[in-house]
Amino acid sequence: MVEPAEREGCALVTGGARGIGAATVRALAAAGWPVGVNFRASEDRASALAEEIAGAGGRARPVRGDVTDPAAVEALFSRLEADYGRVAVLVNNAGVRVDGLSPQLSEEDWSAVLDTNLTAAHRTTRRALRPMLRARWGRIVNVASIVGERANPGQANYAAAKAGLLGYTKTVAAEVARRGITVNAVAPGLIATDMTADLDPSLAAHVPARRLGTPQEVAACVAFLCSESAAYVTGATLTVDGGLSA
Amino acid sequence: MSATATPAEIEARVIEAIESFGPAAPVTREASFQELDIDSLDLVELAQVAEEDYGVELKAEDLKDLKSVGGAVDLIVARAAA
Repeated sequence: MVEPAEREGCALVTGGARGIGAATVRALAAAGWPVGVNFRASEDRASALAEEIAGAGGRARPVRGDVTDPAAVEALFSRLEADYGRVAVLVNNAGVRVDGLSPQLSEEDWSAVLDTNLTAAHRTTRRALRPMLRARWGRIVNVASIVGERANPGQANYAAAKAGLLGYTKTVAAEVARRGITVNAVAPGLIATDMTADLDPSLAAHVPARRLGTPQEVAACVAFLCSESAAYVTGATLTVDGGLSA
Repeated sequence: MSATATPAEIEARVIEAIESFGPAAPVTREASFQELDIDSLDLVELAQVAEEDYGVELKAEDLKDLKSVGGAVDLIVARAAA
């Protein structure tokens, strides 16, 4: 279904060392893309992942960079462009959680989550779009959440950021659609990753599928949206939640 | 970036860039973006050229008022000289 990439350039996955990001790196590498594995702190995991992909015949390299730092974002794009050519596929996956009921969310709790989960996606998208516009081809996938469309007490900051990301996805998609660039979102539900390791396991009982999703199941959807086959899908949100929000 | 670009060189570069966007009519200094079917995204690309080749930053508000090839050339020439 997901054909090998025959396009020039590479893919960049922010927050690519762990969880859904790492699974997405593997899926895009398997589709034929050289992949930049962006990380902030997880250097060992990013390096191990790049080596694993090289061992499987793919191409990947770790690229350090805090997506909340504009200079770091510019530097990581420049490094990738020097090694692999332009970023043709961008997956905005880097995300953080700082939970608390809204009366207790501090300015810092709010800003940290909005900056990493929403503003950083614009930072990378703006930078990626320039060469995409010239090439008349590009794929951008924003990793949102079902919390962007559905209440989840204790995550007002996260929900606001993810809802913002869905709105951002739609408008940017409409702006650049005539240039062969698609911009979509995936909205994962409960996925078994480090980020959800502290959640009550009994939550799975609330999911119609009766289990948590895997990072690979989200990554497969991201890879589809990045493929040639999905050329006419843009501004869409693909929910991956085992029926939780159905 | 070039500090020595002449107005004629900038005009030639702007026309070359607009020709690469697939205009609907011949690109002349007098041609309007409307008759050329040059849209707002094309102007964003033109702004990239201005920034990369001449170090001239054109913001959204600058692009909004651009109506013709000559207008774009004059703006970039003026900013490049500033």
